Amino acid sequence: MTGSSTAPRGCEDPRWLKGLLLAASLAFLLIFLLLPLLNLFAQALSRGGRFYLASLLSADTRSAIRLTLLVAAICVPLNTVFGLAAAWAVAKFEFRGKTLLVTLIDLPFSVSPVVSGSMYLFLFGLQGLFGSWLDARDIQIVFAVPGLVLVTMFVTIPFVARELIPVMQATGTEQEQAAITLGASGWQTFWHVSLPSVKWGLLYGVILCNARAMGEFGAVSVVSGHITGLTDTMPLRVEKLYNEYNGAAAFAVASLLAMLALVTLLVKTFLEGRTAGEPASIQPVIIGARAGVSNLSRAK
Amino acid sequence: MSIELKKVSKQYGRELAVEEVSFSVEDGELVALLGPSGCGKTTVLRMIAGLEQPTGGDIYIRAQRVNELSVQERNIGFVFQSYALFKTMNVYKNIAFGLKIKKWKKADIVTRVGDLLRLIGLEGLDHRYPHQLSGGQRQRVAMARALAPRPNVLLLDEPFGAVDAKIRQELREWLVRLHHDLSITTVFVTHDQEEAMEVANRIVIFSKGRVEQIGTPREVYDHPASEFVARFIGVMNVFELEVRRGMARLHELEFPAAGLADGQRVRIGFRPYAVQVSPDLDHYRYRAVLRHTFFLGVMLRVELQLASGLTIRGRMTKEEYEHLGLADDQEVSFQIRQYRVLGNENTPLPPEISTAGDTAPVRRESPVDEPPASDKESVGSSEKLP
Repeated sequence: MTGSSTAPRGCEDPRWLKGLLLAASLAFLLIFLLLPLLNLFAQALSRGGRFYLASLLSADTRSAIRLTLLVAAICVPLNTVFGLAAAWAVAKFEFRGKTLLVTLIDLPFSVSPVVSGSMYLFLFGLQGLFGSWLDARDIQIVFAVPGLVLVTMFVTIPFVARELIPVMQATGTEQEQAAITLGASGWQTFWHVSLPSVKWGLLYGVILCNARAMGEFGAVSVVSGHITGLTDTMPLRVEKLYNEYNGAAAFAVASLLAMLALVTLLVKTFLEGRTAGEPASIQPVIIGARAGVSNLSRAK
Repeated sequence: MSIELKKVSKQYGRELAVEEVSFSVEDGELVALLGPSGCGKTTVLRMIAGLEQPTGGDIYIRAQRVNELSVQERNIGFVFQSYALFKTMNVYKNIAFGLKIKKWKKADIVTRVGDLLRLIGLEGLDHRYPHQLSGGQRQRVAMARALAPRPNVLLLDEPFGAVDAKIRQELREWLVRLHHDLSITTVFVTHDQEEAMEVANRIVIFSKGRVEQIGTPREVYDHPASEFVARFIGVMNVFELEVRRGMARLHELEFPAAGLADGQRVRIGFRPYAVQVSPDLDHYRYRAVLRHTFFLGVMLRVELQLASGLTIRGRMTKEEYEHLGLADDQEVSFQIRQYRVLGNENTPLPPEISTAGDTAPVRRESPVDEPPASDKESVGSSEKLP
């Protein structure tokens, strides 16, 4: 019998169990994560580097990349400001309906993206609540860029606020009070004390928010209208190329999104290393983030 | 006069947290606001700072009424219980913060911070971050940060609450030296009577939002204004007795109660050092067993248990204890030399009544020679009958 020579410790698991669990999780990650990812890059490059570049540089794909960047450039800053304000309110003030506010912030997490998209369709679509009013004034929201921005906003609302609330709660208000007793104004206190003390959590939230804003498929798909070169974002472009039996081109665009995910992961790891030396309270909390990769599976 | 409070009150909803508190702090004084938790002392400190608004009364700093002034305009230094150091700034930037806000010249800031680092004995640690410092060091940085912009007054909220006993002692001594050197008007809040006694020039004792007594440590110790004060600073045994046949009695204890009707209840208080102990069982009128001896340094506290189970706290110097050859579980005799008949807890204390001549020779009488030392353990040591 192996291991019988050493007296078993009360709270130590047997070595074979450790090994088994480790092997199981590694195998699982290999099969469900690494293999598909490697396959993605292999497929993308299957027709050579030149074809890869050409498919990325085609006019429609370039327009999809531009649109994705535009949507993210609008949604991420707005949600950052909203997230800061909401987290501030929740963490530093006592008011009635606080739990309700937190629940509302979480809502987009629990609503299926297709439903999120449909909600806006039922509001601003031609058959929707404001449809005829908008149509009479020739304002197009659904099947146009404004619709894409709106649903992306909705879907990415929780990211920044969710990251900041626990960090801000742990920080408390004493540092701000100290700044005030030292003569600092409200703005100086925010800029020099409040913001720096949450900066890593904030950055983490922004990165996750960005990954989701660029990678969102379901909600965007509902309100996009799939007009090639006009309302196709990158995830939608991937789907379209794939449906057109242009597999290698689809994988090429998908590889861009996958790289976005990888960069997000890298930055996240860096940020966690950054905060490791500091008090545990300011380490970012990992939340249900879905970067570009996960959307691919649905695109196929 | 540096700080003056005139009938300052603070009401939260319907609850009166601070009720018509008046006291003043002279220039360069070091004053302690002392009281049990929830007595309003921290609220008073925060109202002086401007972090809370009084709902009544006036606050003056250097003869200027500051009720309407914002925190920033009051030019105070405030040290928080948890230090509240800026955790994203190193020691240097923490101390320099107030100076930058006040737009000091760069060269002046460098000099000032250097001076303060020397003052708090942390030269060379200016690039450390708060989480890389010990509790005592953080405390000193918080102090330096508060002192940097040369405030009119320094306000400290439980400044030594978050460090261990040994560091606490060092910091207390350091604060006294610092205050002596800078002679900046300082007000600090504490719930620790020993700390207040040791550090402060004067003590303001709070109970339930009101000032119970203001005085020097010795005044407060020797002449507590009320039973609350006497018990809070830990210098009183309290018993409730019943009058029978002209004497107030509780088990073995009896005190003369002339003029009181039988059945009436009387509360008696006496100080631990009014208890005289002898190993000679016939020396004093009561007998007891010395249950425990608490060594508190120069002073000792003894717990005497009577046959009925009553426990009485006594105090004596180490020399006396050794001279008498006392030991735990030894049978001894004792007497109570002085006592007071108590009224309400917050009513003024009546004068002490001497029982000298009750029995036997009286020892050297020197209660005032006693240092007002650590009596922390006997806070709330009094016993009452249900």
